[in-house]
Amino acid sequence: MTIVYLIIYGFLLTAVLGLIAAWIDRKITARIHYRVGPPFFQPLIDIIKLVGKETLIPKGASRAMFISAPVIGFASVVMVSALLWGSNNNLFSSFLGDIIVVLYLLSIPSISIMLGGFASGNPLARIGSSREMKLLLGYELPFVLAILVPVIKSGFSLKLGEIISFQAQNGAFATYASGILALIVCILCIQAKLGLVPFDCPEAETEIISGPMVEYSGTGLAIFRLMKNMLLFTLPFFLIILFLGGFKFSGITILYSVLKYIAFLLVITVIRNTNPRLRIDQAMKFFWGPTTGIAVIAVVLALLGK
Amino acid sequence: MKLTLRALLKSPWVFHLSTGSCNNCDIEILDCLTPRFDIERFGMLLAPSIKHADILLVTGSCNRKSVIRLKRLYEQAPKPCLVVAIGECSMSRGIFIHSYNCPLPLDKIIPVDAYIPGCPPKPEAIISGAVKLIQKIKGTL
Repeated sequence: MTIVYLIIYGFLLTAVLGLIAAWIDRKITARIHYRVGPPFFQPLIDIIKLVGKETLIPKGASRAMFISAPVIGFASVVMVSALLWGSNNNLFSSFLGDIIVVLYLLSIPSISIMLGGFASGNPLARIGSSREMKLLLGYELPFVLAILVPVIKSGFSLKLGEIISFQAQNGAFATYASGILALIVCILCIQAKLGLVPFDCPEAETEIISGPMVEYSGTGLAIFRLMKNMLLFTLPFFLIILFLGGFKFSGITILYSVLKYIAFLLVITVIRNTNPRLRIDQAMKFFWGPTTGIAVIAVVLALLGK
Repeated sequence: MKLTLRALLKSPWVFHLSTGSCNNCDIEILDCLTPRFDIERFGMLLAPSIKHADILLVTGSCNRKSVIRLKRLYEQAPKPCLVVAIGECSMSRGIFIHSYNCPLPLDKIIPVDAYIPGCPPKPEAIISGAVKLIQKIKGTL
């Protein structure tokens, strides 16, 4: 039964929604540039094309790691999505501490990108991977602090299912001052987790030609792209569960659920299109300075019950 | 094979290589990516690395230094990969035809699938060349 959940909810549903999200993202970007933009099936066509291309393994690469890195990241995204859908739709009873499991699994895609970059043996990929590592150290601290807020608000519950049911009774956490501050911090952190523009220094295309991805071709690149497209759905979904009470699928609330997600996607895309790229030291200062400050204030407010 | 080739024609990612051109053709290639021409509506993107590319756009007169790099890049491109020669220099070496430094035209070095003449070709000509290349591949399906 677990495998069915993993395949249907973790992979198929999330992949379809993620590919649609990737198209919306590219289309909004194009409209902001006053362009026409790609057709609807473009993200899917890109992935089918990449699967059909030749896979090249560089001469100095660590072969096993180079091939398995995309699979590790992809598998962790599938597991996170299955866990999130499970707690959202009450498919299976959530266990104590599943929020911690989700946090750990959400950092594995970044780690898999790092492993792939280091394994490829390319100097540009190494620079990109080391930047990715610094960025991971930077954003994990405020992200974990901000996620403490819903945990404190729901009476120190570490179950996603209890956080959702608590919000269903007492209103979403984003209506409190601490919730809003924590949500802002989380949006900045998922921007870095997704590797989008203010924090895309690991993959700076104009500078270190797409960083850790530089040696990937064919199926490896396809899996990495699909993983990123799925993360574009999974990370906002995680925040919606924590701060906005999850998705509900009965009657008119379907429309409200879709609007919640579209709002998140719009914010991410607009931030990505209206900002320049930060250097890695600026990004670290940003995350360990003001962002962590806001997250600490949010935690204190949450403890005071605001 | 048929499905992947059809997908390739709908999302050809291009990589552009200058083998000693005067930079005019390169600027015209970049013009195609601007909002006015917007080649992303055909699914084309400018690939950052040759390992991601499906189409290799070559400009310039293939001088002795860059021929070595050109061959290496062509070998590194994951197949199926297409090559397009852009501008007079890459087709017939242009004004450098009698130069000691440009021994061979591009199509004597690597196989070329499409030629786009002009000095430099207009962005409209480049897009029209790309569309004709896609039609040519479709004809052989």
